[in-house]
Amino acid sequence: MGWTSDQPLIRMRDVRKKFGALTIIDGISIDVMKGEVICIIGPSGAGKSTLLRCINALVPIDSGSITVEGQEVNDPKLDKLALRRKVGMVFQQYNLFPHRTALANVMMAPLHVLKRGRAEVEAEARALMRKVRLDGKEDSYPGELSGGQQQRVAIARSLAMQPDVMLFDEVTAALDPETVKEVLVTIRELAEEGMTCVIVTHEMGFAREVADQIYLTDRGVVVEHGPPAEFFTNCRDERTRQFLSQVL
Amino acid sequence: MGALLIIALVLSVGVGEAQAAPGTPSILATILKWTPLLAQGFALNITMSFLAMAIGTVLGLALGLGLISVIRPVRGFSWLVTQFFRNAPWLVLLFYCILLMPFDVRIGGTIVPLPGWAKATAGLTLPVMANVAELVRGAVQSIPAGQWEASEALAFSRLQTLRLVILPQCVKRMTPPWMNLYALVVVGTPLASIVGVNEAMTLTGDVLSSEGRTELLVPMYLYLLAWFFAYCYPIARATVALERRFQVP
Repeated sequence: MGWTSDQPLIRMRDVRKKFGALTIIDGISIDVMKGEVICIIGPSGAGKSTLLRCINALVPIDSGSITVEGQEVNDPKLDKLALRRKVGMVFQQYNLFPHRTALANVMMAPLHVLKRGRAEVEAEARALMRKVRLDGKEDSYPGELSGGQQQRVAIARSLAMQPDVMLFDEVTAALDPETVKEVLVTIRELAEEGMTCVIVTHEMGFAREVADQIYLTDRGVVVEHGPPAEFFTNCRDERTRQFLSQVL
Repeated sequence: MGALLIIALVLSVGVGEAQAAPGTPSILATILKWTPLLAQGFALNITMSFLAMAIGTVLGLALGLGLISVIRPVRGFSWLVTQFFRNAPWLVLLFYCILLMPFDVRIGGTIVPLPGWAKATAGLTLPVMANVAELVRGAVQSIPAGQWEASEALAFSRLQTLRLVILPQCVKRMTPPWMNLYALVVVGTPLASIVGVNEAMTLTGDVLSSEGRTELLVPMYLYLLAWFFAYCYPIARATVALERRFQVP
């Protein structure tokens, strides 16, 4: 297409989404540049997770526009599978495939979606398992792993598709406190390597540390955004102050 | 349970023996005499149950996938077929198959005869198909939505998601009720005796009428029952064991 890397990798303009009579997203515009790390924070039910699912067309939007590398997601002729090859996603509940080993989970999509050779895919999958510090757990089934380990397998599984951008949907919300850190370290390493990331999180300390831009959403709109230093020290909006006083 | 059956069998033999006219061979000897024939009949029961289950499962898988199709007419048609055959009495379906299917079919140049047992098997296949379809639908729907979402996010097509992620997880969930269904099909095969198939039930009737001894009636049918029990009870036990093993803690 006409997209070049100096344009936003993800460009959202006035995105709106209703579930029945309930407005979930009420006009959100966000740009994500290549290599940027965006954190979206805000109270529960603010539409953060839905917004992420709109980016890879898991949830269709009602109006507005989302482009990923110049490709319009809200286009009925969209090749969803092509879009999803570029956009990786990690979920709150990990959603690993319980009937396959950790390594097989990582290998499945490159094998069956990208139709690449098994030897090559397996070598890469093993490298990814090392990257998320799970070497030695290749043959474990998801049920035999802790929450934090499962989540890191899920990150490796998503990375195996070599996506251009990664979406993280409250990936530490279901974890025990002691395993949260290992997952956050993995994400931070990714961010430092230059992976474009959109992260929905409740971990304020992490957001402050890793984000280039922080967006606070509430009731389907962006209340305030800015680089972390600015965002946390001199926020202007009353709702932001209220939210931060509750979570910090 | 099995012990009870044996006790009943022994008792009925005893009672029959007491009623028997003097000079006739003992009931036990009569039963043993006819055992090879009954075993032959029972082998047909098992064959019919195997075939009905195998064909019905394959058809039922296809029909079950139809039930969860994203294409509305396919879903509707599958629903109709499933409901029809699930709610029809097996005996009625058997009658229809016997009456409506021809005596032979022409495949290419050769004429292949369709014996009664084959038609009866077809009649049993239909309810198996419908029940398996329901099992598939239920199992697919019991898989958490997150599995679909994760597969979609990895760019799997719907078919790939079903084949690689959803159905493999369904097999485990479907196995116990599927075995249960098989046991039901086995005990359903004597229905074929009503339409004249030479299975164990029909043969037992033939034996009784040729012997013409009323004191044989109860022990013979109990003996037949024991055959079915010996075959089906282990299946039921295995089903329960599997269910317990697959239970999510």
